[in-house]
Amino acid sequence: MRYIEPHAHMVSRTTDDYLAMVTAGCKAVCEPAFWAGFDRSSAHGFYDYFCQLTDYEPKRAAKFGLPHFSWLCINPKEAEDLKLADEVIALIPEFLGRDNVLGIGEIGLNKNSRNEMTVLEKHVNLAAENDQLILVHTPHLEDKFKGTKLIVDMIKSDSRIDPGKVLIDHVEEHTAKYVMDAGFWGGLTLYPESKCTSARAIDILESCEAERLWMNSACDWGVSVPLAVPYAAQEMRRRGYDDETIDKVFFKNPVKFLSQCANFTVRG
Amino acid sequence: MKPNEKQNSVELYFMEVRAKLIDIAAFMDRVERDGLTEDFRYQAFKEAMDALDSDDRAENVLLSLSDRTSELIPAATTKAACGAWPDKPQ
Repeated sequence: MRYIEPHAHMVSRTTDDYLAMVTAGCKAVCEPAFWAGFDRSSAHGFYDYFCQLTDYEPKRAAKFGLPHFSWLCINPKEAEDLKLADEVIALIPEFLGRDNVLGIGEIGLNKNSRNEMTVLEKHVNLAAENDQLILVHTPHLEDKFKGTKLIVDMIKSDSRIDPGKVLIDHVEEHTAKYVMDAGFWGGLTLYPESKCTSARAIDILESCEAERLWMNSACDWGVSVPLAVPYAAQEMRRRGYDDETIDKVFFKNPVKFLSQCANFTVRG
Repeated sequence: MKPNEKQNSVELYFMEVRAKLIDIAAFMDRVERDGLTEDFRYQAFKEAMDALDSDDRAENVLLSLSDRTSELIPAATTKAACGAWPDKPQ
């Protein structure tokens, strides 16, 4: 099979993971900027991180023949400090011209606070002014339902943003329809315990508009599975899906969304 | 989206979900033995089980465990989520 890993935090993973992903058929990996597991002490830390995402990590992936793309932002977990957020957002335009950058992400909300929303609005404005794709993180667990609605309503209210150029990630049974009905793309995250199992993700594919959904592992420094995407493909086979449908879900769908950015190219 | 050759979902998933059901039962026994039934997360867990009698069970379980308000909070005082809404009205 061939597939795209549209959301993986590879700076936290080992070269063994790159090898396993390529062996399983991964044709491109996309890495959103996110929380390091601790708060950075200044904007300088983000500058170095953006260099890592746009220079060092693509070279590390290239050693395994895997094209690497990235998204840039200050993540919502560090958005409570508005001064820091402003300093980091001011750094981003300098990096938007780099060859592997797909857009602004993963922005969004974490605990649904006022400052998180202010920073989200600033990121959306940055994307609008620079005609960038947007990748949105939705909150975890008990905060997801409320946060997803707040995010969808805020982005929908900005007439400069084409919903077809926004992917709202980590949807589950209680948020997928709200996202899809608003015209956005949705991401199903295959993550142990706190997000979707393969079986549930396929259930959602069967009940929503599968044309605008992708699956990702969101593998990072926590308990996560870098091969979760091909494992989900295997679960679809077990359920009786043919290779053509599986190729559409795991390769053609993400390629369709990501190809809206001129930097994204992939060889099948 | 539908598979070309639809499989029997009971055949596919029964054993896996049977094991999860026994895990849930054992968890409830454990919490009761340990005297922790008043924990708000356990209370939310038990309340969410009512959704198993509804249609759209997965969606309703998730909603039962969710913050259903719509106002932004003044400030984030923690980064983590705990899986149940601590301020849920009883």
